[in-house]
Amino acid sequence: MKIDRRKFLKLAGCTGIGLGLTAADVFKDKAEASSGHSNVSTAAVRLAMVVDLRKLQTAEDYQRIVDACNKIHNIPTLIPEKEDIKHEIKWIWNDTYGHAFPDQQNYYHPEAFKQKLFPLLCNHCDKPPCVRVCPTKATFKRPDGIVQQDMHRCIGCRFCMAACPYGSRSFNFVDPRPYIKDYNAEYPTRTMGVVEKCTFCSERLEKGEQPACTEASNGALTFGNLNDPESDVRKILKSNYSLQRKPELGTMPSVFYVIGGEEYAG
Amino acid sequence: MYNGGKIIAGLIIFIALVTFPFYTNIGKTIEKPADPTAAPDELHIGDVPIGQMRAQHMMILDKWRDEVVRGGKRYIEFDGDEYEMSIQNGCLACHSKQEFCGKCHNFAGINPYCWNCHYSEEEGLL
Repeated sequence: MKIDRRKFLKLAGCTGIGLGLTAADVFKDKAEASSGHSNVSTAAVRLAMVVDLRKLQTAEDYQRIVDACNKIHNIPTLIPEKEDIKHEIKWIWNDTYGHAFPDQQNYYHPEAFKQKLFPLLCNHCDKPPCVRVCPTKATFKRPDGIVQQDMHRCIGCRFCMAACPYGSRSFNFVDPRPYIKDYNAEYPTRTMGVVEKCTFCSERLEKGEQPACTEASNGALTFGNLNDPESDVRKILKSNYSLQRKPELGTMPSVFYVIGGEEYAG
Repeated sequence: MYNGGKIIAGLIIFIALVTFPFYTNIGKTIEKPADPTAAPDELHIGDVPIGQMRAQHMMILDKWRDEVVRGGKRYIEFDGDEYEMSIQNGCLACHSKQEFCGKCHNFAGINPYCWNCHYSEEEGLL
């Protein structure tokens, strides 16, 4: 085919316009993704948890929640001969105000509140960074909002651990089996070389049960559908002031912390 | 022959190594498990004939795994009953790991890594 100068310029022009439109489209998507608040999930179900700190007073209240999870999911205790924090496996754990909310600028929060411990777990983000970085799609977001992990597909690259801003993921540096104290025969263990985290007890939800931590919390933890205006979680959030962990990152965490005033901060 | 001693010694070592599996197993008998293709046509969970279940259980387990982990479908209906699509709570509720899985796996020298995470209490771990 012969092509003259005039035809070539015409074609080149059209190609240029086409490329320009595609690029504009890509940037539009990016701009939308980075603007946090306008972009909340509209799915029918988005499972979420509300932690009411007013109902957590004694050390036992906190420990009971963590123990319930550890028992059910065969989570190993810290490996004794290598008292190395890197070997710790945690799905739900308690940490200080400073570690839970490093972004909080308000240094006049009640002192007693700042002294409290906070139960921390996977936030099951609406925009989960761990899912974006997983090279094998082992971590994925379910339609009901749970950020699930397929242990069979995990290659242990730990990209997700680097991506998670909440430290919710743990890596099995060693075989966890010898360090599981109280074995639950109904749940598998993990193997060396995979990453694990909270699953919102997806296996219990399918049986119509509440997550283990919620059940053990005596009402301090509430679990439900965030996108249903009549759900328990929404009712609590409507009538109480709550905090999310690092919301400025745009991950849209699904775990909320209801804080009380001085009178509650045990 | 140059270096005859070394060559012959090398050859003897080579033959000894290559024939190692044969002479270590001489006289040993391993019970041969039943022929999987000779299984009855009776249906098993998942509406699969038992013969097909024996021959292709790894593919079926793989499919169930994706349905459970990815699709959130944990139960399968069979013959009016509901069964959990799970190695620990499903398969091993009726079958014994050592007897049922182990028989063929040991014979074929297969060591599947299912057991790194899933296993039954009979193994006495923990």
